[in-house]
Amino acid sequence: MNATGVMILALALGTYAFRLVGPALHGRVEIPARVQELASAGAVVLLVALLATGALTENGGFAGWARPAGVLTAVVLAWFRAPFAVVVLAAATATALLRAAGVG
Amino acid sequence: MRSPNRTNQYRRTTSLVRDSSLVWLAGGIVGVSFGAVSVAGGLPVWVPVLMSLVVYAGSAQFSAVGVLLAGGGPLAAAATGLLLNTRTAAFGLAVADLLGPGRATRLLGAHLVTDETVAFALAQPDQSRRRAAFWISGLGLFAVWNAGVLAGALAGTALGDTGRYGLDAAFPAVLAALVLPALRSDRGVRRAALLGAAIALTVTPAVPAGLPVLLALAALVTLPAVRR
Repeated sequence: MNATGVMILALALGTYAFRLVGPALHGRVEIPARVQELASAGAVVLLVALLATGALTENGGFAGWARPAGVLTAVVLAWFRAPFAVVVLAAATATALLRAAGVG
Repeated sequence: MRSPNRTNQYRRTTSLVRDSSLVWLAGGIVGVSFGAVSVAGGLPVWVPVLMSLVVYAGSAQFSAVGVLLAGGGPLAAAATGLLLNTRTAAFGLAVADLLGPGRATRLLGAHLVTDETVAFALAQPDQSRRRAAFWISGLGLFAVWNAGVLAGALAGTALGDTGRYGLDAAFPAVLAALVLPALRSDRGVRRAALLGAAIALTVTPAVPAGLPVLLALAALVTLPAVRR
């Protein structure tokens, strides 16, 4: 087993430990309703932060205009309750078209 | 009266599979690019393939491989990946009651906790549908992700620049489609989420990858559940 293999296993074990915190506590410790409410609000806050950073940034800098424009298309379509498939395909298509037109 | 129930369950399963399939498709495509990027950068095929099976977290895998390919060494690669994955602890708490009471289902379900599956499950209107959605989306995404990574690793550099297809916009778009209902219905959560996104974007240039999203959680203090 080389260093890369050890790195992969360490990352896997650590990640699994993080994932197991919630399910392992559940049913053993009485989790107050307020904490559960916070956990689901926290999940939404994390997902929106991932959405924003994933749309706008790349390696700590600005990702260029094509990607956020595609994601903005998705947000507008999702707001008007377009079907899921339309939302995702429209985002990729808008980004691809902008790149083909020379927008970064 | 079992048959109407069974028909309903069948309908629910097919509708969840139909809705999940696009999450799977997006995941599979990102998986193909992960496999291709890793092998094109000079890593052997087993590295992306093993990592996808046992780590199973897209953003952490991309970052760990990015650090390796940039010459940062295995220790820095593992640390970056772990920092990115700390958020799965919060996700695990949010979906803990969907995994069922058994020890085996909890041990298996924990490994399936990803951004997409948590978002997809929490977007469902009621508890039993959320539970079904977690397992359908989670197991399907695991299969498609790993198949995609293997295919990408074997194809290597033959795919060319995947940015050309606009696929990097697909993951944020999937998240947008999944979280908008929650944002629309709850004003307090909407305010906290927008503030959190602003915090994450502001600190991104200054702090290591993974931290911005965690710092977004500070916005939870605006919720009435915290203040009272």
